Formats: sequence, structure tokens, C-alpha cells
Amino acid sequence: MSNKFLTISHLKKNYQTQKDEIEALKDINLEVKEGSFISIVGPSGCGKSTLLSILANLESKSGGSVVFNKKNVVIGYMLQKDCLFPWLTILDNCLLGLKIKGTLNKESKDYVLHLLKTYGLEDFIYHYPSSLSGGMRQRVALIRTLAIKPDILLLDEPFSALDAMTRVALSDDVYKMIKLENKTAIMVTHDISEAVSLSDQVVVFTKRPAVIKKIYDIELTGRSTPTQNRKCKEFNYYYDMIWRDLDVHI
Amino acid sequence: MSTSSKEHQQYLKKQRKEKIIIIIFQLIILVFFLALWEIAARLGLINTFLSSSPSLVVKTIGTLFVENDLLTHIGITIYETVIGFAISSILGLLVATLMWWNKRLAKIIDPYLTVLNSLPKVALGPLIIIWVGASINSIVFMSLLICVFVSIINIYNDFKQTDNSYLTLLKSFNASKKQLYFKVILPSNVKNIINNLKINISMTFIGL
Repeated sequence: MSNKFLTISHLKKNYQTQKDEIEALKDINLEVKEGSFISIVGPSGCGKSTLLSILANLESKSGGSVVFNKKNVVIGYMLQKDCLFPWLTILDNCLLGLKIKGTLNKESKDYVLHLLKTYGLEDFIYHYPSSLSGGMRQRVALIRTLAIKPDILLLDEPFSALDAMTRVALSDDVYKMIKLENKTAIMVTHDISEAVSLSDQVVVFTKRPAVIKKIYDIELTGRSTPTQNRKCKEFNYYYDMIWRDLDVHI
Repeated sequence: MSTSSKEHQQYLKKQRKEKIIIIIFQLIILVFFLALWEIAARLGLINTFLSSSPSLVVKTIGTLFVENDLLTHIGITIYETVIGFAISSILGLLVATLMWWNKRLAKIIDPYLTVLNSLPKVALGPLIIIWVGASINSIVFMSLLICVFVSIINIYNDFKQTDNSYLTLLKSFNASKKQLYFKVILPSNVKNIINNLKINISMTFIGL
């Protein structure tokens, strides 16, 4: 539980445009322990998502280093939109990553079927995404991500496209799925209560160019599911502290 | 679905009725137009040498059919349409794919595509007959010229507008460019490509 999984040091990212250079990430230093759930909050446009893109190898970095404690780390990346392909069935959508990676075989397919069954989507495997609700679609998206057996999950505002009720219910589900499969996860969110209720650690970014303002180790008495965690007595304390850190002005 | 309620049956009945009413009105308009045309021609209100009349058209089709082998000519026209349509559609898809594959190529040929597309192709008719010969080939070439640039431009634009998050998702699985094309670009644009084919059919006719 406590071994280091990922070390980010002096990470820097600049975006180049015709007019000028935009400094998104200035100096990010972060250690992620294996099996932990980390949330990143910060003002909008501060470069939270940029960090995930860099970790997922979708963007290059301008400086610093990202070191995983093992080679050939498999990264699962989940976007804000579920991105289910409307022309594929639920099952085929879930198998997409395996097909792309060329690791689709009997064993990996069985694993996907097992996940679909465990998370109540068994009856829909031959349906198309359009017949599913937003919450179900997001669960399918998570299964598609888990299918490739990632060592780390990167969640980019995974719930923000959902309505408030589905959001809370689904965060419970997703938390359970991630804990059950024993994954390390980094989530970007702008919902403070979501961050506090799901995470072991909450990292607060400053506005752009981002550095880490503060890291909170979330210690809740009687920690259980995210919904229950919202009732813990420390919850409001963390909420207020982070809110003050974010220093929101409209 | 087989055990439909009374309400559902009523709904279906209403839908059917609506369809029939629309067809009836369409027929009425057609008959009214033809009748007006015929009457105007008979009364000498319009010049039948210029605008003919329904009865004359029917008579002419009859004589063409008997004396001049109308069916063969229709056959040739269909043949030309199909060939022109097929070649320009395939070529359009192919070039659009190359352009998507190589953004630099796309930027280089972009102004040339615009220029070629805005050429007054019908005015080039005589030249085409000289170049290609007065045969089916020149007709096919003409319809090709009319369709192909529009196809390329349209399909390429559709490719470019493909939802970026789909591509990001596949890239997060380390997808190759070929996988991006066959898993996202092509399947997500099937509808657009078919729409383009529909436009091509009518454009091909202009070429004929």
C-alpha cells in the first residue's frame, strides 16, 4: 500500500501559439503511492487536465520528469465524455482498448464479461449506447478503461457531464470498482465534495502557471463509501480549507 | 411490441392516415399542374413549340420508343452515370483519406482544389471532347470533373470535424494512425459519406 508508484518532479509544460508562449504547469512535484486515490482540484484552466494528458502520453512535457516504479506501465484514461462509439454494441465498446492494443483473447474477453456482469450491465451487452442512461454509459466507459488492466487510472472530470443525483450514486459505484480492482487513481475534478469524499489525498493547484499550493491527507473517522464519507465530521473542515485555498472570485 | 395497446394502434392508424393524406395532396398538385399545362397549350396561351404540352410529350416518348430504340439510350445514360459516379466517389474518398493522413499534403493542395472546383467545367465541354474524343469517355470525364473536387473537399472536411474526444480516447490506448482511421474516422463518417454519394448522383447528371 505504501510503496511509491509514481514520482513527478519539476514537471513543466508550456503551450506554444503563434502569438506567444503560455505557461500551463510551472513546477509540479508529486508522489503517488500504490493503490491510493488522489484528486486534483484547482481553478478552471489551471492545467489540471494537462497533467493527466502528460501522464497518459498524449502530450509532451516541456521539462522535469515523470517516473513510474515499473516498466511498461499500462495507463487507463477516462475522459469527461463517455466517448462510447454509437456504432458499436456495449460489449464491442468495452473490447475496444483490447482490440487496439492487440491483447484481445478468450481470457481478456472473459474478464470484460465478468466486469459487465458484476456492475449490472450484463443484460445490455448487445445493446447500443443510445439506449443507456448517462450513468450507465459512464460505467461502461469505466469498464472499457479497466478492461486493459491498467496499473493506474487517470480520471478527467469523470462525473461532470452527469446530473447531480446520478453523480453521487455513480461516484460510489466507481469508487467501489476502483478499490475492488485495487487500482491507483488520479482524478481531476472541480467539485470539492467529490474530491474529499473519494480521495486519500487532495492536491490543490494554484491558477496558471500552476504549482501545487497544498496537499491534504484526507483522514476521516469511519471512512467507507463516498456517500457515507460526506457525513464524517471532518468532511466540512476539509471542504472549507480547500475552498479557501481555491480563493474563488467571480 | 406484438401486444400493442389500443392507444398504440390508434397512434399507428393516425400515422398511416397522415401519410395517405400527404400522398393525395402531392398527386392533386401533379394532376392540377399537368391539366393546367395541357389546357394552356390547347387554348394557345403558351407556345407549344417552346414549352410543348403533356400530350405531345407522351406522343414523342411513344415514337422514340418505337422508332429510335429509347431503351438502349436510357441504358447508355445509366451506364455513364454509374461509371462517373463510382469513379468520382472512390477517388474523392481516396484523396480525402490521403489528405487526412498527411496534413501537410492537405495544406499544399488546398488552394489548387478550390481553383479546380470553381472552374466552369461545362464551358470546358468542347475542349474535353477534343482531348478525350467524342465518346462515352468524354461524358464520363465531364461528370467526373464536376463531382470529384466537391467530393474531396466535402469528405475531407467531414474527416476533419470528427469528434476529437474519440481520437483522444484511442490515442490513450496507443492507437496507430491506421487504427484511428479504420476505428474512428471511417465508421463515424459513414453517414456523411453516404450523403456525399447522394449529392454525387445528382451532380453526375449535370455532367451528362
